[in-house]
Amino acid sequence: MIHTPMDKIAEATPEPMARKVRGLSDRAIAWIFVAPSIFLLLAVNIFPLIWTIRLSFTNYRVNRPNRDIDFVGLRNYERILTDSDTWMTMQATAHFLIWTIVLQVLIGFALAYLLNMKFKGNDMWTTIIVFPMMLSPAVVGNFWTFLYQPQIGLFNYVVTFFTGGDPSSFSMIGDVQLAPWAIVIVDTWMWTPFVMLICLAGLRSIPDSIYEAAECDRASKWRQFWTITIPMALPFLMLAVLFRGIENFKMFDLVVQLTGGGPGNTTTLTSIDLKREAFEKWRTGYSSAYAVILFVTVFGLASIYVKALNKVKER
Amino acid sequence: MNAKLKFTVATAALIGATGAAKAEDLTLCWASWDPANALIELSKDFEEKSGHTMNFEFVPWPNFADRMLNELNSGGKLCDLMIGDSQWIGGGAENGHYVKLNDFFEAEGITMDDFIPATVTGYAEWPKNTPNYWALPAFGDVVGWTYRKDWFERPELQAEFKEKYGRDLDVPNSLGELKDVAQFFQGRDIDGTTVYGAAIYTERGSEGITMGVTNALYNYGFEYGNPDSPYELDGFVNSEDAVAGLEFYKDLYDTATPPGSSNWYMGENIDAYKSGQVALQMNFAFIWPGVEADPNVGGGKSGYFPNPAGPNGQFAQLGGQGISVVSYSDKQDAALEYIKWFAQPEIQARWWELGGYSALKAVVEDPGFATSQPYAQTFLDSMAIVKDFWAEPAYAELLLAMQQRVHDYVIAGNGTAQEALDGLVGDWTETFEDEGKI
Repeated sequence: MIHTPMDKIAEATPEPMARKVRGLSDRAIAWIFVAPSIFLLLAVNIFPLIWTIRLSFTNYRVNRPNRDIDFVGLRNYERILTDSDTWMTMQATAHFLIWTIVLQVLIGFALAYLLNMKFKGNDMWTTIIVFPMMLSPAVVGNFWTFLYQPQIGLFNYVVTFFTGGDPSSFSMIGDVQLAPWAIVIVDTWMWTPFVMLICLAGLRSIPDSIYEAAECDRASKWRQFWTITIPMALPFLMLAVLFRGIENFKMFDLVVQLTGGGPGNTTTLTSIDLKREAFEKWRTGYSSAYAVILFVTVFGLASIYVKALNKVKER
Repeated sequence: MNAKLKFTVATAALIGATGAAKAEDLTLCWASWDPANALIELSKDFEEKSGHTMNFEFVPWPNFADRMLNELNSGGKLCDLMIGDSQWIGGGAENGHYVKLNDFFEAEGITMDDFIPATVTGYAEWPKNTPNYWALPAFGDVVGWTYRKDWFERPELQAEFKEKYGRDLDVPNSLGELKDVAQFFQGRDIDGTTVYGAAIYTERGSEGITMGVTNALYNYGFEYGNPDSPYELDGFVNSEDAVAGLEFYKDLYDTATPPGSSNWYMGENIDAYKSGQVALQMNFAFIWPGVEADPNVGGGKSGYFPNPAGPNGQFAQLGGQGISVVSYSDKQDAALEYIKWFAQPEIQARWWELGGYSALKAVVEDPGFATSQPYAQTFLDSMAIVKDFWAEPAYAELLLAMQQRVHDYVIAGNGTAQEALDGLVGDWTETFEDEGKI
């Protein structure tokens, strides 16, 4: 008879305890195993969420422990949703979100497609390309502020090298028209490699036999791209969009370093606005309502998106 | 009695004489800047004399308020002593973060009459203008101007300026003259380098543009409210004079500042000035010792002047801080010992020598003070004309609203100055309504 480690543990278990364990159903044992995780989930995720929802109906301020907490009903929600500044930050967030995703997917997929072709130095280029995403967002934000400096920044020199004119004639982070694009450019520079890696994984998962079969059927490269590559890489692309969408909805550090949300409110994204309300103005009740609105928005959009993703996967 | 026994008896006597005070590890929290390094040096004397050990928690200015107010609001015990910004005094007092120091001052013979009145009102009192003290004035500071004296003295520039403006190129006597000087240098070639007029505060994220624009607003006639009816804002915050002040600041930004200076505060202004990019810089007085010591712009190349007068007076934005004992500290006795030590005239004199701006009258009214440093007289003149931002418990809300409204107009160029200040009245009114003050 072979004695496994489990057999040895069973033999070593004192008889009264063993009797108790033997009396438990499989379901009870399963609950014992998952209980710590459930407890942690409730304590760390669910309880704060419920507490936040509760606070969102009050005028509570965490920096005023001595002040009475009043129930204000839907007043916080009403103020947020009727505040034009909130809608401006939503607009800024939407601009940032849409353009970063579009650019990162297009460039990331193109890079992945190129790197998927076998050529000399392929690995070296992959390493070089992923370098930006290894940096801290605070560092990236900081050095891009120098790159964007009109007098000494490399960016303005490069642009005017091609377009002509004076490098100090425009300011990427000080101009209302350009600042939203300044943050899009930096985020795209930093996170395109992430999208590229996901796309590369998708492209490498397509079996060569499918392309060989298509070639036997005399399908052109163009047709192979649209009927094999894109459909089979689509779930990966959609996953990349989901990750980047969620991440960029929460974008904070990079933009704070670059523009501080300015000029004016031009690049104040919702996360920056929320942080100011919660931890600078200390309007805890108001910011809780704001957080709930954002949570519902992200959760709703993500749910719809995940359903679509699952449908694509099933095809 | 042998030597060992003598030593033991002497040690016991010393401990007895000091009341067997326990040596504590004290932590002092402040911003990370030059004066903080001077304070470390100064505090060595306290460590020697008291037996306590001093630790320091310094946070860079842009994150200072966030980090430290979080600490206070969460009842944290990190800081035993806090050199908090002047605007925190209301919240520090009303929210129970600071220990009230009246009884301590009385017991130790420390009187606020010994300090510059503006610093007592600005850093120590809450409510303002009442004898309720929550801090000891620790570091006097005020916004002033630094200029390139060596450039101003160049004959060819003097001649050109005189021809253009009909007066000498000299320290400006009014904000209008300041703008002329800044515009004169804007885009000028000096020694083969393009230089610009003035580095002014434009920072969006924390308090920068507010600390800058108020130097124009005050002098044009902006008031925080009706002097006879607190919290009555309309017609004072957004008066015609205030609008003119805001327009002046925007014009200065548009016509006389370096390109790309849309998010500049203390550090950026220092860098621009020291690297020879600008002829003038607006900055708090704390930078002046560093300017004097700088190999590029120090040693007589720079001059200093108070914020020039506007059409309705001459004022300057107050900076600086008081030192408070944090109510959540378990080492309050040792922290109070530090304040007692710090308040001594000889320590304050040493503080000034090391680069700290003492607020003690005995130091600043000393006959040799005005000539002790090239910027000392400017510091005195500036401290005589200070005004401060709100120090209400809700100061952060008031500040952020102003940051947004002013930045949106001055830097982003959205709307008019009147609209910006009208919007500010709306924001501030809403805050005071929430606070139950209106």
